[in-house]
Amino acid sequence: MKKKGAQIFWECMVREGVEVVFGYPGGAIMPIHDAMLEFPVHHVLVRHEQGAAHMADGYARTSGKVGVAMATSGPGATNLVTGIGTAMMDSSPIVCVTGQVASEFIGGDAFQEMDVTGITLPITKHNFLITRADEIADVVREAFYIAKSGRPGPVLIDICKDAQVTETDFEYPEELSLPGYTPPVQAPTADLQRAAELIEAAERPVILAGHGVLMSDAMDELRFFAEKTQTPVAMTLLGLGGFPASHTLSLGMMGMHGEFYCNNAIQNADLLLAFGMRFDDRVTGKLDTYAPNAKKVHVEIDPSEVHKNVAVDVPLVGDLKTVLGELNTMIEPGDREEWIEEIAKWRIDTVKHDILSWPNDGQLYSTSVINHIWEETKGDRIVTTDVGQHQMWTAQYYQFERPHRLVTSGGAGTMGFGLPSAIGAWFAHPDKEIWTVVGDGGFQMTQAELATAMQEGANVKIAVINNHFLGMVRQWQEFFFEKRYVATPLHNPDFVKLAQAYDVPARRVTEPDEVLPAIEFAQKTPGPVLLDFWVEKEEIVYPMVPSGAALHDMLRRPEKPKTPLAE
Amino acid sequence: MNQNLLIAKVENKPGVLNRVASLFRRRNFNIESLNVGHSETPDVSRMTIAMDASQVDVKLVEANLYKLVNVIDVQDVSNHPNITRDLALIKVTANAEQRAEIANLVQLFRAKVVDVAAGSVIVEVTGTLDKVEALINLLRPMGVKEIVRTGQIAMLRGDGIGTRHTPGANGNKQSNNKEEERK
Repeated sequence: MKKKGAQIFWECMVREGVEVVFGYPGGAIMPIHDAMLEFPVHHVLVRHEQGAAHMADGYARTSGKVGVAMATSGPGATNLVTGIGTAMMDSSPIVCVTGQVASEFIGGDAFQEMDVTGITLPITKHNFLITRADEIADVVREAFYIAKSGRPGPVLIDICKDAQVTETDFEYPEELSLPGYTPPVQAPTADLQRAAELIEAAERPVILAGHGVLMSDAMDELRFFAEKTQTPVAMTLLGLGGFPASHTLSLGMMGMHGEFYCNNAIQNADLLLAFGMRFDDRVTGKLDTYAPNAKKVHVEIDPSEVHKNVAVDVPLVGDLKTVLGELNTMIEPGDREEWIEEIAKWRIDTVKHDILSWPNDGQLYSTSVINHIWEETKGDRIVTTDVGQHQMWTAQYYQFERPHRLVTSGGAGTMGFGLPSAIGAWFAHPDKEIWTVVGDGGFQMTQAELATAMQEGANVKIAVINNHFLGMVRQWQEFFFEKRYVATPLHNPDFVKLAQAYDVPARRVTEPDEVLPAIEFAQKTPGPVLLDFWVEKEEIVYPMVPSGAALHDMLRRPEKPKTPLAE
Repeated sequence: MNQNLLIAKVENKPGVLNRVASLFRRRNFNIESLNVGHSETPDVSRMTIAMDASQVDVKLVEANLYKLVNVIDVQDVSNHPNITRDLALIKVTANAEQRAEIANLVQLFRAKVVDVAAGSVIVEVTGTLDKVEALINLLRPMGVKEIVRTGQIAMLRGDGIGTRHTPGANGNKQSNNKEEERK
């Protein structure tokens, strides 16, 4: 049957299960937008294409499906770039669709022509340029398969305008033809046995649980493994929720702003079991001094991550769920009471200790605000963040019990991620209340999406942790640049008035006793709500491994004046 | 120089060379030469990639190449019996008297003089990297005006299979390396 390219495109999108796309129209993609009226797909009109990519990302991370962002050629496509890079660094499965000038004009510097496949080549898992209508069906199928399988990631499809309007015979491709793409599944048995022997012999093992646990849906396997072998579990930022925060074996988050006892456990381990993580510099600290006495087992689906930063003793290249499933049949029950007790002794200045010793001095502390949000939302909301101090505090103080609740830009550290990713998450869970914790700096980078949230009625609660500074940079300036606060103080707009201009209900909070009523107000008000928390200006994220220092060499939480609350 | 030689089979699609080159650039893999051309299979191109072993971890290069969707197979042939060839055209300054000396050298190297002009000749030499470099070094004192080289190409002898450092990197189908299993 003959169909236009744009119709074929949507037909294939629907077959991939696409129900919502986040996009912005423009000349080179108009035929595709026009054709979507015939199909059961909802188009969310963003206010900037970066928002579209982050929404697709937030949708993907919370739905388990592929998120879709759409933009026109040239500047529309380049505005997606930050969002694509963010998805790439965090292995998030999104498909970005961009219009391109008609194929006969390619290379001629036509209006709004840019080399989008060239620009996005290093920040996509794969990309395609479609110049003919008869390529569309195959490419859409391959794009979704590549985005979702193996180590997930963003895939971009650049479609020439003439391919969108040309009629061609349409037959849905049943078979994929990707001779160079076969994601690994199971590691060789001999290697699994070597790993099992190391586990058996270890007295001080630590599991390093990363994003791979969530992506591979290996939470049950991880828990079984940890409990059977009595191995404590440290998590990366993106691994939070992969293992319940309240579990006795949980060490919480590792790395630059991880708890001291967690990092110290890693440094004193005799075996590290890296499950779906990639030894990022933010979790290893100085590599020369990283876990010097530990043997290392690395379960990883992407072979290029093996030995990249840290040389390992046993690499197990495969899908984590599959590998752990098999490993779980080979391991013996372990008893590591001594090791667990030793780690417990290092639990001194922890988050909980900090909460108990907040001075009751009438000041509004960011950490206290986030702790209250955690309590009032019963710790079970999807929470997205921007990047900076509030992000680390959210990771520390919002205790994630379940996977896919924290949505944050880890690898790329993209400011402006919070609000759009929360809107995306809401489309994955329209019956739920989504929270986004943002800083006053990053929020302003994508605040235009307030309009999108309002137009769509997205149930997104925005907590602006407003310290009138680019807080994390200010913190580094305080520690490492002798408090020279260059380019970090912010003269902000009135966020409450700003929200109200978008018809978004909003409230300012400046006193500690206003926090709970404000959270209640947000929860009771349907649709988007903004809370502007005017917090202490110069709070610091503790503990901290200074960049380039050894992982255990942390700046610890200072002792705070005790208040009756602490007694 | 201790060299690593990789053979990569890639889908013959637009932009594949760009993908490979971009990968080497962004991962900071320095390569000595990269040759690409058709293979025995239609729609499959063959690349020979030469790298300085002291500069680049060949395992990481292999693993990264597999991340490219269009890369079908990668083999490290460095330590296997192989034939490698490099072809160079060398334009050397030569007046009538010097031609004889060049002709002499060329003969010793089983190279050819393929063009003679009033002030220069073009020498064509084919051989291993060492042989080509040796001839170039001998010709330099006479005044080399231009050099163009193909970069190395390589083929294993007999039915040999190169090393696949990461079994399973491109799915388990590729992991059954018969040579490796025998060891």
